[in-house]
Amino acid sequence: MSAQLSISHLAKSFEPGTPNEKIALNDFSLDAEKGDFITILGSNGAGKSTLFNAILGKFPPDRGRIVLDGEDITYQREHRRAIDIGCLYQNPLRGTAPSMTIEENLAMAYTRKASKSFFAVNRRDSAHFRELLATLGLGLENRMKIKMGLLSGGQRQAAALLMATIARPKLLLLDEHTAALDPATSVKVLETTKRIVAENGLTALMITHDMGMALGFGNRTIMMDSGRLVMDLRGQERIDMSPRGLVDLFSDRSGHELSDRTLLALR
Amino acid sequence: MLISALGQGTLYAPMALGVFIAFRILNTPDLTIDGSFVFGMTVCALVTIAGHPVLAMFAGILAGMLAGLVTGLLQTKLRINPILSGILTMTGLYTVNYMVLGGQSNLYLQRAASGDGGASAPAASRTIYRMLKLGENGELSALILSVLIMALCVALLAVFFKTRPGIAIRATGDNEEMVRSSSINADLTRTIGIMLANGLVGLSGAMLCQAQRYADLGNGSGMLVVGLASVIIGQALFGRRGVTTGLVSAVVGSEIYRVILQAAYQIDMPSYTVKLLSALIVTAALVLPLAKEKSLAWRARRTGEREGSR
Ligand SMILES: Nc1ncnc2c1ncn2[C@@H]1O[C@H](COP(=O)(O)OP(=O)(O)OP(=O)(O)O)[C@@H](O)[C@H]1O
Ligand SMILES: [Mg+2]
Repeated sequence: MSAQLSISHLAKSFEPGTPNEKIALNDFSLDAEKGDFITILGSNGAGKSTLFNAILGKFPPDRGRIVLDGEDITYQREHRRAIDIGCLYQNPLRGTAPSMTIEENLAMAYTRKASKSFFAVNRRDSAHFRELLATLGLGLENRMKIKMGLLSGGQRQAAALLMATIARPKLLLLDEHTAALDPATSVKVLETTKRIVAENGLTALMITHDMGMALGFGNRTIMMDSGRLVMDLRGQERIDMSPRGLVDLFSDRSGHELSDRTLLALR
Repeated sequence: MLISALGQGTLYAPMALGVFIAFRILNTPDLTIDGSFVFGMTVCALVTIAGHPVLAMFAGILAGMLAGLVTGLLQTKLRINPILSGILTMTGLYTVNYMVLGGQSNLYLQRAASGDGGASAPAASRTIYRMLKLGENGELSALILSVLIMALCVALLAVFFKTRPGIAIRATGDNEEMVRSSSINADLTRTIGIMLANGLVGLSGAMLCQAQRYADLGNGSGMLVVGLASVIIGQALFGRRGVTTGLVSAVVGSEIYRVILQAAYQIDMPSYTVKLLSALIVTAALVLPLAKEKSLAWRARRTGEREGSR
């Protein structure tokens, strides 16, 4: 079976040829099978977000290939590949349009798969959206006509999660998507994420700074450092791993300590 | 008096709609407007003189859209700052408009018709306002026709902004990144939005051209501020709500703006004060929310101090 996502020898430098040159991705390779849920660790500036941006097509990589479900998307335009990729960022504001209603936001996201209809919001899609919103357990299904901007950050992130997955993407990218939420909301959004990924059998990559979360979610954990892949845990080895052990393994592989922020998350 | 003010307001209403789309829906300061207004006007003049008054309206719309297309491409393909893109198009259009009028700065809607004795007397071209005479009162029937055009614009736009392309354009002004991640080409929706806005502005230019029966290069200057004043006045009345309300409020704002101007003329203010008056109206309307906030804060502080000293 060939991989759902295959990244090979990906490289990206910012401001090359200047004293500020920064190698964000350095010969990075990763294969993800269909249904894999991979958590990604790495200190600040390790290149995690840059990896996502390359997959999303925000910039062309300097070298390397990105193949999604057998299709080479390395140089495909950003909005074209978005048909098959859903993404969620740390900032809940990035995923939603504030002055449009919840319903219209979902309709926008659903453009990827919706049947052609004259009006963007129609009865059949609305019923579908209502069901989906109800699964969040936030009561949003009764507030579909209110503007997205009126929701709290957590509610908006939950809605954005629905938007990112509403068209059953071949790949879901989560960039610290609960880091800006309060603990309770964060847990709720994470549970929802887990459920949606499982129900739809999505292939997902999730960046986090929380060791416990990295081991507690998904079936595989990788660690990045200076744009390289330095660790790839799965199977029994991963089940036996403790957050403490992960930190030691990291210093061992990368030759330096993890950043403070990641260690803090250990306590 | 009121009819003439409302008539003016109706002629400029499509332009207010265009400004609303550019500034409020797309969230883009589009300075093409002064230029596309005159472009709609000059192209309309040529087609009207050629004897096709209705076609001339559509030609005016197309001219405006073409101007919008240029600005849109400058913004999206060449990544030029939106304000500068508009200024570039507007400046370039000055030359184009001059050329359309055959090197003159104004043109009357008439054509030299040779009379019986070989002497040629200019004959006025047909306009949509002459074609449709509803009654004795020419001014009133012109107003009714303009109102019909305006209502048609509002209705079509209100429906359009509920369709798939319509909400994509709205979302582009709201959160462009979200549009791209919904697999929609945001450059395209942005360009179409700017074309739509300037098409409406071009229509306004065309309507004014046939109503006053001449085209004049000077008619465009300050249009942007007039449009903004209309949008802001409308918003002060209706608040910032949905798109349909926004469209209606822009149109109502355009009427009220003209009534205010008319009132200013009544108290014998010379016509050259219009521009300053417009600038003041826009400034006042923009400052209003801030002033409200300040006065509330001041009151809260005073109450707080009084309670604290007790
Ligand atoms: N657009 C850019 N221009 C210049 N440098 C950039 C750009 N984007 C990222 N970088 C640099 O690339 C490196 C990797 O950044 P990236 O955002 O991928 O880190 P990260 O692993 O996501 O870190 P964090 O955990 O803080 O989010 C950093 O040194 C960053 O400064
Ligand atoms: Mg990051």
